[in-house]
Amino acid sequence: MQEFLTFTIIGLSTGAIYAVVASGLVVTYTTSGIFNLAHGATGMLAAFTYWQLRFDWNLPAPLALFITLFILCPLFGVITERFVMRGLQGTSEVVRLSVTVALFAFMIGIANWIWPSDSSREAFLKFYEGNKVSIFGINISWHKIITFGCAILVAIVLRLLLFRTRMGVAMRAVVDDRALTELNGGRPDRVAMFAWALSAMLAGLAGILLAGEQQLNIEPLVLLVINAYAAAIIGRLKNLPMTFAGAAVLGLLDAYYLEFSDKSWFPHSIMGFGISGMRASIPTIVLFVALLARPQSRLRAGVVRIREQNKVPAWSTSVLGAVSLITIVVAISGMLTRSNTLLLLNGFTFAIVALSLVPLTGYAGQMSLAPLTFAGLGAIAMSKLPGDGNLLTLIAVVVIVALIGALVALPAIRLSGIYLALSTAAFAVLVTKLVFNQKQTFMSGNIAVPVLDIPFIEINSPRGRLILASVAFSLLGLGVVAIRRSRLGRRLIALKDSPAAAATLGMSLTRTKLAAFAISAGIAACAGALAGDKVSPQQYDFTQSLPIVLLAVVGGVGTVGGALFGGLMLGGNSVLASVVPTLKNVTKILPGTIGVTLGRNPSGAANQIADAFRSLANRWKLLAFAATGGIVIWILDAQYVISHWAFFISSVFWLLAVTSNLVGIMQAPRTRQIIASTYLAVGVIVAISIDWDNAVDSTGKRLIALVLLITLFGVGAQRLTEHAPRVHRASPDVIGLTTAFTDEELDHAERELGVVI
Amino acid sequence: MSLLEVRGVMVRFGGIMAVGGVDLDVQSGEVTGLIGPNGAGKTTLFNVISGMQEPTAGSVQVSGVDVTNEAPHRRAKRGLARTFQRLELFSSLTVRDNVRVAAELAALTNIDETVDNLLEKVGVSELAEQTAGDLPTGSARLVEIARALATGPRLLLLDEPASGLDEAESDRLGVLLRELAADGLGVLLVEHDMSLVMHVCDRIFVLDLGFIIANGTPNEIQHDPKVLHAYLGAPS
Repeated sequence: MQEFLTFTIIGLSTGAIYAVVASGLVVTYTTSGIFNLAHGATGMLAAFTYWQLRFDWNLPAPLALFITLFILCPLFGVITERFVMRGLQGTSEVVRLSVTVALFAFMIGIANWIWPSDSSREAFLKFYEGNKVSIFGINISWHKIITFGCAILVAIVLRLLLFRTRMGVAMRAVVDDRALTELNGGRPDRVAMFAWALSAMLAGLAGILLAGEQQLNIEPLVLLVINAYAAAIIGRLKNLPMTFAGAAVLGLLDAYYLEFSDKSWFPHSIMGFGISGMRASIPTIVLFVALLARPQSRLRAGVVRIREQNKVPAWSTSVLGAVSLITIVVAISGMLTRSNTLLLLNGFTFAIVALSLVPLTGYAGQMSLAPLTFAGLGAIAMSKLPGDGNLLTLIAVVVIVALIGALVALPAIRLSGIYLALSTAAFAVLVTKLVFNQKQTFMSGNIAVPVLDIPFIEINSPRGRLILASVAFSLLGLGVVAIRRSRLGRRLIALKDSPAAAATLGMSLTRTKLAAFAISAGIAACAGALAGDKVSPQQYDFTQSLPIVLLAVVGGVGTVGGALFGGLMLGGNSVLASVVPTLKNVTKILPGTIGVTLGRNPSGAANQIADAFRSLANRWKLLAFAATGGIVIWILDAQYVISHWAFFISSVFWLLAVTSNLVGIMQAPRTRQIIASTYLAVGVIVAISIDWDNAVDSTGKRLIALVLLITLFGVGAQRLTEHAPRVHRASPDVIGLTTAFTDEELDHAERELGVVI
Repeated sequence: MSLLEVRGVMVRFGGIMAVGGVDLDVQSGEVTGLIGPNGAGKTTLFNVISGMQEPTAGSVQVSGVDVTNEAPHRRAKRGLARTFQRLELFSSLTVRDNVRVAAELAALTNIDETVDNLLEKVGVSELAEQTAGDLPTGSARLVEIARALATGPRLLLLDEPASGLDEAESDRLGVLLRELAADGLGVLLVEHDMSLVMHVCDRIFVLDLGFIIANGTPNEIQHDPKVLHAYLGAPS
């Protein structure tokens, strides 16, 4: 009994921490509609900051706490709201979620950079470390009592804040109807900013309390948020008392599991499957159950109009793209070193995984955070099934994993948006913790996936596998294009654009979603099945899925080109880290940094580039000019006037920075035309005349210089020629309230009202 | 037996009674109007009929079959189609593909021909290759009608199809509705443009604060004191 009581108290104290995190999650979701996946990461960063102040720089605890919780956390929240989240209104749920994924990646990158995990550091002590009180004969540490106190205080403060203060009333008003609040003179942006600051403080408090219990490690602190998701979902993302109750249940379950798993009668395996990953899976299981217990999401008309748009891909350009991709890979693969070949191969594997998101997320608008999990299942199936990697085995693998995908989606399909995304995350964590660590799957940490056995072709070198991967990507990409052009493709888009209209026209939303999940799982399975090498479970971990989802969305998840772009960018990031060790830390935060800018360009980067080139079609004079420039650069190279490096850099520069700007320059006013042309001409001369082989000493630095040149001159010229009038984004209802009237609008109003003679 | 029979339909949102026990019939070959001031419950009633909103009480029958518990897509297979007050086009598809999706869902045999005919019929042929999201409201409403017709419905529910249409377009819409009725379709029309409603409807139901307060021919409705009261307020 004594022991039971002790574990109850341990459980409730853990639950108190979950409650504090979860309430922060609820506060931001209700006021800005953004489910912050990076919430746990905020707490992690706060815990590290507190450690830095308190234990490394030895500030007194109250001062360190004050600086962390009341200065840095709110500041961080305000900055996040103002510069990252505010631009996201009117974007799809997929983009909004991806931005928080980006923030998540960004913060982990920052923490890894500043506080590398290999360095030994001062211990993170509990509050009043070592001090205990005895209540009814049970010893409770001061730290636990403080934790309880904090949770109760948070509950009281939130209650008073929401119901007794002006800001609280404003917050609840924004939840009910944002537009109406704005029309009545409320300031939703300011409310949201306050909510983000408050939320960051709550995350920070929980992070510090938890770090005292569990020590300072990035992963457990970040994954703390999974517990918070579960509690917040139990509170239906709006009910704070229910959220607190959910958090208590989670804490207790964890503590009791800990207590009972030590008993002799407790099983260590069920039907031959080990359950060592069980404890860590409890919150995820609770999350899954809580999600499934949610009522069917209702069909509603009048959802947000989505900004991003992609055109139907034409067969001619798609086939041309596939053939050129394979040709380029065949051509350059001969020149690459072994390690670079492997890195590029990795990029193509990522690209195939990103491609699996195109039909599901890009076309059908269903978010999945588990693409790599299906790749992992594909790798396991390929290595376990007989046939030693022949084509029939591959087909069997794809079919099996596609079926698993549909099966997993079946219970989750009733959900939409954020709830669906969370259930895929829960699935990914469960598979990672309960399936990938079984002796039947990844036996000793590594399994060998056989190389695909194609008749008459022997593939045994990394180069061969790279070419195979590029061919696989091209074929799968063409398959995805075929889907987009088919009946099913139109249905997927219809599902994304208006579920209400699709259903009332006779479409079974369930069947369409299942098809999308099955196709996506099948494509991802290929990425695993074609690994052709030893693979480890860490490669398919849930946390590895997040950067892929992120970069797929950044590249443009609506198009095959976007998937390629995203995958190679992720692969290229590790190339960058390996060739330029000084930039290693930058590459940690690069994906996140790129991702948080999504709000400005929700259709993805690939689409933006494609747009620039698309406008060139049918402008023969400009095309001829572009081609002539390319030929001149080639002649300079052929005549040994410039080196191969100068040729490479200047032709890429010509293609990306000059050609893409031609139309813009033609349409610009006269003076701007001259300035922009001169500016670009300077860029071309710089690219051609630098002695790349001697002045710059490594491949990596040359590539970085190339990127800098393109950014400096290409983007610069684009800015110079941009003259499109800024689109008025504000709803007409709020003009004059949140944005000032323009002169034109004032004139119009005066005319209509007859106040001008 | 009526094409559509709504019996005792009631919808409550928490403490608010949106629709309070409505009986309504739509006959094949007729245009039936459903009018009422803003907030009367017209769109909620539409949602109940099309299956997007579960009624608190009451039943919906299509050709004598009770569909109250059927999902929206099953009702569509029974010949029910609707448009939306706030546009619900598939905004990233072209106009043609919007209509084609619907025709494909109805498993028609000669899809291309059907789509061309429908675009022609509502008068948006020249917009066929445009992205639906870029259309002005008037054209978008017409495309929604074409899309609904592509499922080959027996009962068409139109939620304010004339809002955003200019006078000429509105007149053409009236002609189109009469043609559809002549082809044997039953049309249920929610509309604020009274001249259109009075012009094309065979029968009109008036909804106010969730209750049907009158029904009859346009002529009867125009002279019903309760209707005048609901629209214009009490005579002072």
